Amino acid sequence: MKWSDPKYLIVLLITLVLVAGEARYDILGGYDRLATTLGICIGTEVVLSWWLRGRVANIASAYITGISLALLTKPQANILWPFALGAFLAIGSKYVLTYHGRHLWNPSNFAIALLVLVASDSVAILSHQWGNDLRINLIIWAFGLAVAWRARVLHVTLTYVACFVLLAVVRNAIVGGPLLAELAPITGPMYQLFVFFMVTDPRTTVGTRRGRMLVVAIVALVETIIRLGGDFQVTLLRPFYPSPPILALAIVGPIAMWWDLYRQGRKAVA
Amino acid sequence: MLQPSKRRFVVIVAFAAAVAAVVFLDRRGSGGDRGVPAALRLTEVAQQSGIDFTHRAPTLDPKIANIAAHVGALGACVSVADVDNDGWPDLYFTTSQFGADNALYLNQHDGTFRDVAATAGVGSLNRAGEGVSMGAVWGDYDNDGFEDLLVYKWGYPQLLHNLGHGRFEDVTARAGLRRWMNSNGAVWLDFDRDGLLDLYITGYFRSDIDFWHLRSTRIMQHSWEFASNGGKNLLFRNLGNGHFEDVTDAMGVGSTRWTLAATAADFNDDGWPDLYLANDYGPEELFLNREGKRFELAHAGLEDDSKSGMAAAVGDVYNRGRLDVFVTNISERGFLFQGNNLRINFLKELGRFNEIATGAVADAGWAWGAQFGDLNNDGWLDLVVVNGFISADSGRDYWYAMSKVAGAQGRIFEDAKNWPAIGTASLSGYERSRVLLNRGREGLGGGFVDVAEEAGVTDRLDGRGVAMADLFNVGTLDVVIANEKGRALLYRNGAHAGHWVEFKLIGTRSNRSAIGAEVTVEFGGMPQRQVVDGGVGFCSQNDRRLHFGLGDETPGRVTIRWPSGTAQVLEGLAPDRLYEITESRK
Repeated sequence: MKWSDPKYLIVLLITLVLVAGEARYDILGGYDRLATTLGICIGTEVVLSWWLRGRVANIASAYITGISLALLTKPQANILWPFALGAFLAIGSKYVLTYHGRHLWNPSNFAIALLVLVASDSVAILSHQWGNDLRINLIIWAFGLAVAWRARVLHVTLTYVACFVLLAVVRNAIVGGPLLAELAPITGPMYQLFVFFMVTDPRTTVGTRRGRMLVVAIVALVETIIRLGGDFQVTLLRPFYPSPPILALAIVGPIAMWWDLYRQGRKAVA
Repeated sequence: MLQPSKRRFVVIVAFAAAVAAVVFLDRRGSGGDRGVPAALRLTEVAQQSGIDFTHRAPTLDPKIANIAAHVGALGACVSVADVDNDGWPDLYFTTSQFGADNALYLNQHDGTFRDVAATAGVGSLNRAGEGVSMGAVWGDYDNDGFEDLLVYKWGYPQLLHNLGHGRFEDVTARAGLRRWMNSNGAVWLDFDRDGLLDLYITGYFRSDIDFWHLRSTRIMQHSWEFASNGGKNLLFRNLGNGHFEDVTDAMGVGSTRWTLAATAADFNDDGWPDLYLANDYGPEELFLNREGKRFELAHAGLEDDSKSGMAAAVGDVYNRGRLDVFVTNISERGFLFQGNNLRINFLKELGRFNEIATGAVADAGWAWGAQFGDLNNDGWLDLVVVNGFISADSGRDYWYAMSKVAGAQGRIFEDAKNWPAIGTASLSGYERSRVLLNRGREGLGGGFVDVAEEAGVTDRLDGRGVAMADLFNVGTLDVVIANEKGRALLYRNGAHAGHWVEFKLIGTRSNRSAIGAEVTVEFGGMPQRQVVDGGVGFCSQNDRRLHFGLGDETPGRVTIRWPSGTAQVLEGLAPDRLYEITESRK
């Protein structure tokens, strides 16, 4: 990977989010969490890439994953194991959950979805709101959009945002209440990480521009189903309520990747 | 070297093991620290004792009908004092609906209580135009030997002077305290050590809000973590002539951080009472008292830990002769783990508190009131935590709906009209109270264990205030709980193991209530310190009398540090007795 690789812009952006959030709002809740996730993400990446593929991988991706996990994971009572195991599982998924040599899940999306679903007594995702401060969020959105444009994934971000807004209006028509309540989530920090670092991950998105736009539209649709499940108190969907976008991506993303890789494989054979 | 396929197999096994570890550690954590108590039995006897008080929630302006159940879910308070100086603790409960009466239960010395609020003139305080009660604290502000009552409200607070013959007189306006506030807490303290009790009243919602005539629905917090748009806390200096003077700005304690609870004690051992605030939507605050001349906001490890502080309980957790703090917060599976804080006082050594809460101490659901007290007389202070926010339709949950706006920009949820309607949904409802038995220092196999169910505390009401007192003068602490929109509970303590000693302090040069006085009892080679509180926990106040469990020990040296600065040492005290100590006049 060259230094001009857009991935380094993502590295820059997430570092900006981390530094600004920590300086202004102490969002980490302890540097031991950051050290644990970053250390294990990078260590796991180095060890597994060398052991399984014979060369040490670039650690930029592990760095992004580590910071995403540190920012989004909020455990019960100062426990560290969700950071440690989450970090290992995130990077490990890149080497274990693969198809045709490509991993299917965005690593941090996989780890967070797993933790939220199977360790809900220990891990939550909503806890830090980064001050609910419009100014900080506007800055991150501005930088994020610029970086997404430079990284040529702006169409993914904008498609998702447009779908979210449209479907928020639809949800509002179905469930009633204030429209702003339905639009409100996308103004928050979880969505900043989601729209700039998860849905745009080039390693876990499909090959074509149109396909990527279609996939995030489906992600938004599945998210809407989860949200409506929350509104109508569908018990089966309760584990999904706390983080609809993360879990929607965890469901749709790998299926889309698998289908894309499968089609590419068939084309190559033909 | 292994073949590539075998290497991959090893990685897959490690990956699967990590998933299994997540499941295992999660299950182990959710099991909590629970166990069978030793000689602890709490029996709910409110009805038998003649206490039939039920709290009623306020009815607010229809403009915020969508979240009225959320906004108005406060006001159930209990405060303990010996109102008629008969040597038996009495109970005061508040309710929060216009036309509903607060209750003053006088102890009848036979295990029963009698409500005399109406004849005493402290019942009918919830009136349109005046506001509704949110809590009360007792303190003898004029040092006449009778405990007076400050009722804080969403509305005008009321200072009720105890006339000493079973009746009270409203002296609010004369005292200069008739200021509209939306308050959920107050504490008596003598911050300048002049022998007169001063008063700190906290603001929750802004004071320009009249909940029955709203001019705007933009009344909520603008941040869930760092909100500073709450009501302003006010400090009133007692001038000694029945008047109080607002010295908030001069003393630097006018926080607007949505304070839900305030308590006062000398946390840094400099002889001056400090103020500790549990703030909703923000970090806790410790204001250190600089010799009564001003307060300074301390950097004591509190400022970077933003949560939803509900109550601040004070106790010497590990018998170190220090005053530690327990602050309740919110935990809800999947959505939010703020966790309660058990802050161990290292102000002298490190200039900070160390937060050590884990397990059952950290997670008590949506926790409200909390108090320390040695329930089983084993020499260690236990913790009672009450909880549950809104217990309504158990089939409907508001958490998801609230999460829509909780992660959003502040300007959206600052306006109540943007919140989804709560309707009949519950919000962390039907939670069980916690009785956390202290087994001593962690390193010696100690820590806290939840024994609520085994001890007989099984109610699922929405607890707010909780207070402890030896209500029946038998040497054990009983537990009184005020529940939101629910009946008050009295848990009588049937434990009879372990020695004890109690102290009733009467100030002379200090305020007569002895609020702020500290007693340190040495036993078993360890000192335990307690302080007479002027309001502690959440909208509650314990009995003036300090209760020390001693286990198998007898009391060694007893040191009393009076608010005036005088120290008094007692030795050779017999256990299992109440000692009434009057401060020397010299």
